[in-house]
Amino acid sequence: MLYIKCPYCGLRAQKEFSYGGDATVKRPNINEEVSREDWDNFVYMRKSPRGKHIELWQHIAGCRQWIKVQRDTATHEIFQTAKVTEEIR
Amino acid sequence: MSQPFRLNKEGLINRNKKISFTFNGKKLFGYEGDTIASALIANGIHLVGRSFKYHRPRGFFGAGVEEPNAKFQVEFNGHSEPNVNATEMELVEGLSATSQNCWPSVNFDVGAINNFLKMFFPAGFYYKTFMWPKSFWYKIYEPFIRKAAGLGVASIEKDKERYEHKFEYCDLLVTGSGPSGLASAYAAAKNGAKVILAEDKPRFGGTLLTDDVSIDNLSGKDWAEKIITELKSMPNVTVKNRSQVFGYYDHNMLVMFERVSDHLEKKSKFTPRQRLWYIRAKETILSTGSIERPIVFGNNDTPGIFLSAAAKEYMKVYGVLVGKKPLIFTNNDSAYETALEFKKNNVEPIILDTREEHSSELVDEAKSKGIDIRFSHGVIVANGYKKVKSAKIGKLNKDKNSFEKIETIDCDCICVSGFWTPSVHLASQSGNKLKYEEKIDAFIPDKKKQHETSVGAANGSFTLEESLKHGFENGSNLSAKITETKTEISIPNVNEKKYGAHDKFWCMPLPKNENPKRFVDFQNDVSVSDIEIALREGYRSIEHVKRYTTLGMATDQGRTSNLNGLQLVSNIENKIVPEVGHTTFRPPFTPITIGTIVGREVGMEYMPTRKTPMHEWHEKNNAVFVDAGAWKRPRYYKQGSENLFEASKREAKNVRENVGICDVTTLGKIDIKGPDAAEFLNRVYTNAWMKLPVGKARYGLMLREDGIVMDDGTTTRISENHYHMTTTTAQAANVLSHLEYYLQIVWPELNVNVVSTTEQWAGAAIAGPKSRDMLSKLYPDLDVSNDALPFMGYKEAEFFGVPSRIFRISFSGELAYEINVKSDHGMFMWEKMMEVGKEFGNQPYGTEALSTLRIEMGHVAGPELDGRTIPSDVSLNGLVSKKKDFIGKNSLGREAFNVESRQKIVGLIPIDRKSSIPEGSHIVQDQNAKLPNPKLGHVSSSCWSVENNNPFSLAIMKDGKNMIGKKFFAVSPLKNKSIEVEVISSHYVDPEGKRVRS
Ligand SMILES: [Zn+2]
Repeated sequence: MLYIKCPYCGLRAQKEFSYGGDATVKRPNINEEVSREDWDNFVYMRKSPRGKHIELWQHIAGCRQWIKVQRDTATHEIFQTAKVTEEIR
Repeated sequence: MSQPFRLNKEGLINRNKKISFTFNGKKLFGYEGDTIASALIANGIHLVGRSFKYHRPRGFFGAGVEEPNAKFQVEFNGHSEPNVNATEMELVEGLSATSQNCWPSVNFDVGAINNFLKMFFPAGFYYKTFMWPKSFWYKIYEPFIRKAAGLGVASIEKDKERYEHKFEYCDLLVTGSGPSGLASAYAAAKNGAKVILAEDKPRFGGTLLTDDVSIDNLSGKDWAEKIITELKSMPNVTVKNRSQVFGYYDHNMLVMFERVSDHLEKKSKFTPRQRLWYIRAKETILSTGSIERPIVFGNNDTPGIFLSAAAKEYMKVYGVLVGKKPLIFTNNDSAYETALEFKKNNVEPIILDTREEHSSELVDEAKSKGIDIRFSHGVIVANGYKKVKSAKIGKLNKDKNSFEKIETIDCDCICVSGFWTPSVHLASQSGNKLKYEEKIDAFIPDKKKQHETSVGAANGSFTLEESLKHGFENGSNLSAKITETKTEISIPNVNEKKYGAHDKFWCMPLPKNENPKRFVDFQNDVSVSDIEIALREGYRSIEHVKRYTTLGMATDQGRTSNLNGLQLVSNIENKIVPEVGHTTFRPPFTPITIGTIVGREVGMEYMPTRKTPMHEWHEKNNAVFVDAGAWKRPRYYKQGSENLFEASKREAKNVRENVGICDVTTLGKIDIKGPDAAEFLNRVYTNAWMKLPVGKARYGLMLREDGIVMDDGTTTRISENHYHMTTTTAQAANVLSHLEYYLQIVWPELNVNVVSTTEQWAGAAIAGPKSRDMLSKLYPDLDVSNDALPFMGYKEAEFFGVPSRIFRISFSGELAYEINVKSDHGMFMWEKMMEVGKEFGNQPYGTEALSTLRIEMGHVAGPELDGRTIPSDVSLNGLVSKKKDFIGKNSLGREAFNVESRQKIVGLIPIDRKSSIPEGSHIVQDQNAKLPNPKLGHVSSSCWSVENNNPFSLAIMKDGKNMIGKKFFAVSPLKNKSIEVEVISSHYVDPEGKRVRS
């Protein structure tokens, strides 16, 4: 079970969180024209990298904040966690 | 009754307390502190089981987790458990143990014929022998294998025992209380670290209990006791015996299995049987020790053959002799300690040492005590079927592959030692790639992957001095990094006997024309020839050899067999072991009970139960409940001998004719506040929200980004910047997360807050033509006329003195209202409604009637919004704004969503107007068509229309719009039904929606 550092609550067990997918995906702006291709890429196309991956988790049984987690998908090592408003390099 | 193999004084058992038990029906006794194994050996019993494949007689081989043979069906404390390791299970009064894998009995086993038919059971026999004819598998092969080769019987009774889970955090977890573990724990404890020390055996000390050593002039055992006593007195230390750390998971989480009360005769009601510990450790010391490995020789599985360290442990811990004419067969010094221990107890051993004439501290001591030592010797084959009687021994030539002399000598046990294998299982589980250490012919941990440090024998250091030194150093350094305190500890003086070099010898050759079985893996009956066959047949990868031969795949995980198997493969392949590699270690290290994994999460505790504030009233009024997620909802209120169908029909009919009330507390409720709330709702919902006035509700539909309907519900504008959203019961949690996602990540510029208020409000729906009359009695001071409180209107008013919210919304399609009060007032509200409603014919109705009412109105719910439908599929395209953007809008333009023949919601009625259509039925053109019969759609919801008094269903059907008036078949192979149906509109009752506005 992973041990995830919520930027608001500290280190908490994985079972308090729910996974939210790739954090680098950006939703096209509301009320703006978007091409079919860009929209489909946003909705459906995801990379599945082996190695470092920046992803979203929600501290669902805690502060309910969505957070960013940089994790190695092969080893589960977590390098960094951040608020969604912060950048992970 | 005497115990012929029990020593008079030696051992740590309590001779003052006799414990009686039975083995295969025979009444025996042992002492407090015995294991089943030690008690049986004390009674001279060695034949305890039959082997898995050949049903060969088997006896004890080890004294702990390494035991491959002695797995019993054990009955104690009123339950029956299979595969209990007899060398680990402590004796308790009244325990009854039975051999497994033998039929009809361990002494006479018909399966033993397999031993004489062994040409049929070579490596891969499952794959080869039972392949054909195929029809034989279920009726002949499988029952035969099951009966002849089962490993015990699982109980089918409900497990009455209590199991617990515990979550713990510590600075340092130490796994094993041998010398290096004790030293690590002690040093870390002295630095102020929070320490957990786990020992799988009942007694602490590991090899200190059996090795002839002294530390600071104390015996190993006394020193261990001193350290443990001190550790137990420290508030920052948890010391646990009977606790096996069996799994090493991500981010330094380890799982430990504690046998809390299996060894107790009596326990209090709430004492758990076993406990599972989830331990998050900042650092872990793996002081798991090592396991002796055997030397392979002919008939090396005969009862009476032991690992030499096990023989020593039986003497020193249990005061039991494994035999009185022992033959010690070794390639190293450690077995000399066993020989000396025999000698001390006036038993004369003979030592066969594969090394040429040899001298070391231990060997010299054995020589000086006059023990018969024969160098360059080994056991070729053990004689005796159910017990060792003699051994054919050979003097090896210099090539170690042929014999100078062969003779037979009498013996009643053979104690074998092929040197030591570090227990690297936990290190391997942590992700550590092991490395081969040629000095000890075994794998040891390599670079650490997590926060784990292996010390002592687990790390390949086999001297006490080194183990203690490593233990103290690592315990101190690792903990000092955490506590930032370093207490100096002087490393104690150690007195131990020095070992000479071991012989790299692991398998006895056979003389010409002799071919006894030489087992590598006892538990799975894998012999040298099986591995040879696998290699001959082309298997090369050790993982393939493992699976083909089943080497190391039994419950003992190959603890005594893995390295010998690897040696064999590398010898035949002319490779060295590191090139062959090792197979993967996986948790659990030792088998654990299913009960422990499950813990308290059974029955009532399986998941939380959510009850509405009116639950007790429902219970008192014969509600039959249905699970809605964790909620309990009344499905119907049973009157007299009514069944579900009759009751729900009565309740639904009463709503259509009079008035009914329904507990709708379980609906998800979300409070939405902030100056941008309207803009937010406008983006979340498909329809327009910017112009909803205060005091009005609106039905809303929300999509996922892929255009699929996510949820529906009403949202009411309570005040300027305050909205009250309702969701379906099932989607409440998802919708909240969904809203939070957009507010926190996508549109953080919107000044809006959302919070769940589901538990804060109790809700009741009042529905039916007489609902307004009833409402006016509930709120005598309020104008509830159609003008004052129109459809989708909202009011706040006092309900008999308590604040309440009134929403004029309807799920049933009737004139209806929903009243919310604070949860604490829920029961009061409900009882008042029941009282006031009497004169209007009010009756409570459950979810079944609720479904009936919405289905015949054509209102969609979960079964239609099933994660596959877009708004136009379920006739909700009127709610989809063309002017504004919203979540999922761009997806609605996708080609497949807009084809003419796209699926649509329709209504179905049976042609005979009688047959109910099972939900989930497939709609087909021709019920007799050849399979696969093309599916045109499926039935999503079914009811008995109380309005029209015949069955009615909703269905999602391809090209549904154009199917109205046509006839099809609804077939349900599950219910074995095929019903001819006609397609009609999904709005079966009041298609214009007049009633809700009346
Ligand atoms: Zn948090």
